[in-house]
Amino acid sequence: MPIEIPIPTVTQVIFLVMALFTAACGLMVVISRNLFHSALFLVGALFGVAAIFVLLEAEFLAVGQVLVYIGAIATLIVFAIMLTRGMMRGRTSPMNHVSGRGALGALVFFVALLAFLKKVPWPEQAQAIPVDESLIAGLGDKFVTTYVVAFEAVGLLLMVALIGAVMLARDR
Amino acid sequence: MAIDYLPLLILIILAMGFAAIAMGLPAVLGPKLPNKQKYEPYESGIIPFADARRRFPVQYYLVAMLFVVFDIEVIFLYPWAVILNRLGLFALVEMAIFLLILLVGYVYCWKRGALDWGGQVRPGDDVVESQVVESQVEEE
Repeated sequence: MPIEIPIPTVTQVIFLVMALFTAACGLMVVISRNLFHSALFLVGALFGVAAIFVLLEAEFLAVGQVLVYIGAIATLIVFAIMLTRGMMRGRTSPMNHVSGRGALGALVFFVALLAFLKKVPWPEQAQAIPVDESLIAGLGDKFVTTYVVAFEAVGLLLMVALIGAVMLARDR
Repeated sequence: MAIDYLPLLILIILAMGFAAIAMGLPAVLGPKLPNKQKYEPYESGIIPFADARRRFPVQYYLVAMLFVVFDIEVIFLYPWAVILNRLGLFALVEMAIFLLILLVGYVYCWKRGALDWGGQVRPGDDVVESQVVESQVEEE
């Protein structure tokens, strides 16, 4: 009886630690006195989400989370702060005149989410993910066979984003 | 599957432990003899000539934007590269088209001067000129 418990428990402990870490980082993003510190805590929160993706066996999402969100988006946010004159001058208050309404909105959303979680009949056993959709190699196969048009469209979209970014920053 | 990432977890714990020891031990054991030079941002580096808390050129943001786009490109390359051996020539052509589309955007950025860092003003390049004027206004 006590022997079969450990393996799920380790996963649960890791999940609990990562969930708490993510939540704590998320909270610090909002209440940090310095906007730059908020950005750094955001990296921690994103990392925690990546770890939860790993626990959910969503490898590609985890890789994408680390590579794109931590690698690029976080850099972008840090640069955006450094580009803003006011933000680079000392401290910024995390509160503004709508913070009360924001807190109320967050509370309502949380209650709605809680009711939703209680209501949905969650299955006891998780459904097995088809191998060709869960593994990264399977995903690579789908990119160039089933979803090839969408894949090339993504390339087009990225090119538009590239050109749009340059136009917005350069043409004033 | 998640168990496959156990080495990663061990590495994270080891890295954090190492950092904690490397930072913690000197803080506890080391003698503390502070002087002005020790509080310089760089040891044995260039002496700071201005406050670091200033506005940075928009160029940084542009480079970060380009980085985001090409980072997403890499994300798409990754699953493709894992399985390329089994996919054959067709997949290679598919990816070549994908990269070619992005290359068009890259060439556009290059031609528009998105990769220039304002070293020289080229004739007829009103964009760079307007930036120079702006930075002069800022200095005044």
